[in-house]
This record gives sequence, C-alpha cells and structure tokens, in this order.
Amino acid sequence: MSDTKSVVVTRSPRVGSRSTPIIAAAAAVAVVALFVFLVVQPPSPDARPVSLGFSLNSLFKWLGGLNPLVQIPIILVVFLAVVGLLLVLIEYAPRAGKGYFYLRLAACFVIPALAFMLLRPYQNSFIFILLIALIAGGALFFLDYRARQGAGYLFQLIVFTAPAAILLLTGLIYPTIATLYQSFFDKTTKNFVGLENYLWVFTNPEGFFSVINTIIWVIIAPVFATVIGLAYAALVDRARGEKILKVFVFLPYAISFVGAGIIWKFVYDFRQGDQIGLLNAIVTGLGGQPVSWLDAQPLINTLFLLVVFIWSQTAFAMVILSSAIKGVPAEQLEAAALDGTSAWQSFINVTVPGIRSSLIVVLTTIAIAALKVYDIVAVMTGGRANTSVLGFEMVNQQQRFQSYGHSAALAVVLFLFVLPLIIYNANQIKKQREIR
Amino acid sequence: MTAVTTPAVTPVPAVDPRSKREVARQTAKNERDAQKRLTSKPATIVAVLIAIVWTIPTFGLFITSFRPGADSNTTGWWSVFVDPSFTLDNYFAALNAGGTALTLSASFINSLAITIPATVIPIVIASLVAYAFAWIDFKGRNMLFILVFALQIVPIQMALVPLLSLFSRGLTINGVGIFPGLELRDVDHSFATVWMAHSIFALPLAVYLLYNFISEIPGEMIEAARVDGAGHGQIFFRIILPLAMPAIASFAIFQFLWVWNDLLVATIFAPSSSLPITQTLNSLSGTWGNQWYLQSAGTFIAIIVPLVVFFALQRFFVRGLLAGATKG
Repeated sequence: MSDTKSVVVTRSPRVGSRSTPIIAAAAAVAVVALFVFLVVQPPSPDARPVSLGFSLNSLFKWLGGLNPLVQIPIILVVFLAVVGLLLVLIEYAPRAGKGYFYLRLAACFVIPALAFMLLRPYQNSFIFILLIALIAGGALFFLDYRARQGAGYLFQLIVFTAPAAILLLTGLIYPTIATLYQSFFDKTTKNFVGLENYLWVFTNPEGFFSVINTIIWVIIAPVFATVIGLAYAALVDRARGEKILKVFVFLPYAISFVGAGIIWKFVYDFRQGDQIGLLNAIVTGLGGQPVSWLDAQPLINTLFLLVVFIWSQTAFAMVILSSAIKGVPAEQLEAAALDGTSAWQSFINVTVPGIRSSLIVVLTTIAIAALKVYDIVAVMTGGRANTSVLGFEMVNQQQRFQSYGHSAALAVVLFLFVLPLIIYNANQIKKQREIR
Repeated sequence: MTAVTTPAVTPVPAVDPRSKREVARQTAKNERDAQKRLTSKPATIVAVLIAIVWTIPTFGLFITSFRPGADSNTTGWWSVFVDPSFTLDNYFAALNAGGTALTLSASFINSLAITIPATVIPIVIASLVAYAFAWIDFKGRNMLFILVFALQIVPIQMALVPLLSLFSRGLTINGVGIFPGLELRDVDHSFATVWMAHSIFALPLAVYLLYNFISEIPGEMIEAARVDGAGHGQIFFRIILPLAMPAIASFAIFQFLWVWNDLLVATIFAPSSSLPITQTLNSLSGTWGNQWYLQSAGTFIAIIVPLVVFFALQRFFVRGLLAGATKG
C-alpha cells in the first residue's frame, strides 16, 4: 500500500489490486471454517441466548403487549427510521475524505455484528457468530475500498439490496430447498424413503384428484377469466357509464375468497323443501329436482368451484386489459374504421394484437393464482367429494395428518406445474430488456 | 427497371370531381359510423347484463345481511320482494359474534394491524432493490433480476412449514443451537411473524413491478441530480420515490387487497388472538353452522375497508402497474 491518499474518489485499479481476490478468498475460507467449527462442536442443550439487553425478540414482545391499533404507527416508525438510516449511510458513504472513510469502516463492522446480536445467538455459538460477522464486515470493507468504481460503490450496492436479499434467502430460497429435501423423507422426517411420497401423490385418491383438479383449474380459469374480462373491457369502452359498470365487476375482487364462499353458498345451497340457494330455486321453479351442486361428481363440483374463482379473477383481467385497450393508438382504430371494417374485425385485427403483452401478463398471473388456490376449496368444500387441489391438499396433509413428506411432495409437484409459466415469463422479460 | 417504377405512379388517385364527391361522401359516412361506434347501445346493454349477472350473488348476500335470521334460514333472499322485512340487528350481532377466542370486531382491528405494515414494509424494501437493479450497474444484474422474478414460482404453501419452524424454533444445525426462535406464538396480539411472512411473499412481484416503473424514469433527471452532488441516497429519496408514486400506489392497492383477504398465511403464522377477519368469518361457518345472517353481515363489514382503499387510490390503479410491463 504505497498510496497514502487512500480516499480519493477517482481511482484506477491500483498497484496492490492483485492481492484483492486472494484476501477475499482468505476471508471466505475463514468464514466457512468458523462455520464448520461452529456446527461440529458438541451440542450443549442448556445453552442460553446472549443479548445486548435488547433484541428483535424483546421489541416484538413489547409490541405484542400494546393495543393492535397502536402497534401500527410504532412498527412503521421503527421500520422507516431504520430505512432512513440506511439511506443516510448510502448517501454519505461514497464521499471522499477521512471522516467518510471511518464512517464506512465503522458501518462495516458494527452493522453485521449488531444484526447478529439482535437475533440473540446461543452462548456456545456466540463467539463464532461474532467472529463471522466481523470477518465478513472486514472483507466487505476491504473489497469496497478496492472496488474499481471507487470506495463506497460496493457498500451502497450491498446496503440497497441486503434487506431484500436476507428476506428472500430466509423466507423463500431456504424453505424451498428444505421442502425439496423433506419430500424424500417420511412422516417422521427422519427416514429416507426415496420417491415413495411422489408415488403416493399419483396413486392415492386424494393426491391423484388434486393433481387432476389442479390441471383443470389451470387450464380453464385463466382462459375464461381473461376472455370474459377482455370482452367486458371492450364493451364498457363503448358503453355509457363506463366507470360505474366497471365497479360492479371489480367488486368481487375486493371480496375475500372466504366472503366469496359465503356469497356463493346462497347460490349453490341444496336442501329439501323450500330452496334458499338461487340455482336450486331456479331448477325447482322450472319443475326439476334440487341438485347438490358441490357433491356432483365427477369433476362437475370442481367446475362449480371454478365459477367462483373466475367470478372473482375476471375483475383483475378487466382492469388491466381495459387500460391496455385505452393504450391502443387511436389512429390505428380510426384508420380501420375509415376502411369500413366492422367493429368485430377491428377488435380482432387491431385491438387484440395491440394488447398482446398485457394479455400474456393477465393469463400467466391468473394461471399462477389458480395453481396456488387454497381458500376457495378450504371454505366451500374442505376438499370433500374429490374437489381437492394441490395447494389445498398440501396444507391439509400437513395440518390434519402431520404428514410432512406427503405435503412436501405435493408442494414440489405444484412447483413443477408453475415452472414452465415462469420460464416463459422470464423469457418474455429477457426479450423486452433486449429491445430497450 | 420500368417494371419497378410504374407501380409507384399508378396509386395517384384520378381527380375527376364525381369520384371525389363520392369519396368525400363515403368518408363522412364512415366517420359518422365510427363516431356512433364509440358509444353503442348494444354494447351498453350487454355490459349492463354482464354487470347484473356478476352482481346478483353479492346482491343476494347484501339483502340477506339485512333480513332477520330466522327468515334467511328458511326462505330465499328473493322473497323479500314479496314479503319485505329488514333489520340492522345482524350487523350489531355480527360485531360481537365470533369463534372461541375472538370477536369479529376485534379481528377487524387485527386485520388492520396486519395489513397496513404488511403493505408498507415490502414496498419500501422492494423499491430499494428495484432502484439498485435499475440504476446501479453491477455484474450479474440481469441474472439476479430474473432470479428474483422467478421466485414467484415458489408456492406460498411450499415455504410455510420451514419458515414457521424458523420463526418458532430458530436455527439449529447438526444439533448445535445457533439462534433461538422468536417465540412469539404465545404472545397475545403479536403480529411480527405475519408481517414478515407477508413481506417476504410479496417481494418478488413487488420488485418486478416497481423495477419496470423505476427503470423508465428518464436518465437525464438522475444525471442532473448527480451533477448537483446528490448521491444514491438523495436521488432515491428525492427523485425516485416521488416519481414512482403511481406505481407504488397501484401495487399498494393490490398488496392491501391480497393481505386483507388472505386466509392461509395468517392462519399459519398468527397467534390465536391475532387472527384476521377472514379467519373469524370462516370459523363462524364452521362452529355456528347455520348462522348465515351473521356471516352475511360479517362479509360486508369485511368488504368496507378494501372498497375504501380502492376508491381512494383508484386513479393510480393501473397506470403505475402496467408501465414498462407491456412493451414489445
């Protein structure tokens, strides 16, 4: 380190920069080694958590003692204060000068250590955790200091992305891997059973019907919801009182599936004597026998559940497509009209191609929602009469039967169903980004 | 060569006055037609019909919520047209009704306490990342962005159990305890785990939508601020946040609706005294069997808040959501 003015903003790759990757690698090795030491030490069952006197846990416990309405502003103020602090750090860190150099240095060591301490590590792992935090912080400071784009660049990047990265890693990526792993183990989660759980999914009636029903859901729901939503959007575009009309179709979207289940009870209800369900009232009014719609098999009851889902999701399609239709250039429509095309022709040949990408967004979004559906089935049939779907059966297996292996296998199958949709969408994004 | 040039000459219209008048008349007629098509009667009629069909189920429940309980258990809601009898008692009864632990009014408050933080927190965190993706150049940016987008793939159900055990039992590897759990399961009125779970599950979509909007903000504005000496912190706070408000508001509406209407996440993560209104509504049907008049009134109590939010923010609704997402 011959360079004494170490905090100049514009810097070219410096003399000693070849050592940068070596030191980074050394830090990584040290962190991994510490971690290994940590997990192979003899377990000490009576270890107690170490904290600084305050922790996330004590904050949440204190919050829990307050009135729910008082908790809202407090948690928001605490959260926004932390974010504000991060933004101040981001603002000041990259500046040149001795003070800012020490600011970065302090932040790199204090923040990771503090974060770990807020989680209250156990006594026996406390030293390891603290060392890991300090080494990682030191490595970050060093790499940042040596960054080609100037000191502070990497620091900013990490601070911007760290909150989301931590949440996604602990909340989505780790659980996904854990579930995948779990799907090869039995109920007790101890014994390896290979593909047995998957075999169960496709051979057991509940598993089998939930697969079949999920396929029906994902094919029918997006198509109908989108077509009806599109038709309605196109119609209200030319109707009087557009805003009011839109509200009526939007309304179901604001209602929870629990509410929707209750609403549709009054349509599907089945009993002897006087009917209070609308559908059976019509049937008996026409002289027929009342039908138990939600027990009608095979698959008919699933279609009746689908109606509820479509009824609610059409709103989403309508809202998005309506604004997309308004975005179709007026000149194109006028040109088509002046050519004397019919309304239908100009709709098919001008409007629909013009909103193609919105259509794809709507179709895939509703398809994903249909794959993950839980509430409608839980509220309306509870999975009875072969109406179960993967998203419901998974929770059912786990909560009612404590059968984690089956539940995990169902989750993985669902995951495989969603996969192609996301790959397709990701490709679309890639294309768009190339156009830009 | 001539074969190429001649077709270019022929399209010039013949200018005899008669055909000119003919064309003018035809154009005027088509213009009138086009005008008429802008608001057409059949379209209005069909739209109104669909709107009626869509609203009948809700309308039926709405009527039921005002009918005396005994009536709605024996006759259809449409019989009010012949034999009208209305009451507000259902609403008062519903507010104090509930499952074993919680009245509907208490769970209504819980829903508010869950939903507002669970809307604000993911939006703020997502807009930070979206800004980094859009305006800070770094290696592997595209790959990471697509990875975050692809995380939508993870069905919530898949993440529930591991996340729950992380919250309640903490992190233990190879029998060595590293962190204890949050142990909030027995803390009454604690919403922390529900906030975190909702925030996590909302992130991938939030990042994607906000990125689309934030990356469309003109680069000159950011450059100008940079020249004036603003760093990323100030640019984010003073320029990006205000300009991205339409996108933030529209995502906020959706996130609010989803969280407010959620049953699954809250059922799994909330302590029993912190359950939201959806859970109480659902348990009304489970434990009380035929008290539909309570459920119907409860449903409308639960709808009020999403409707207020929707109408308050509706002008932002789709404007922000679609920016950038619909190119190409």
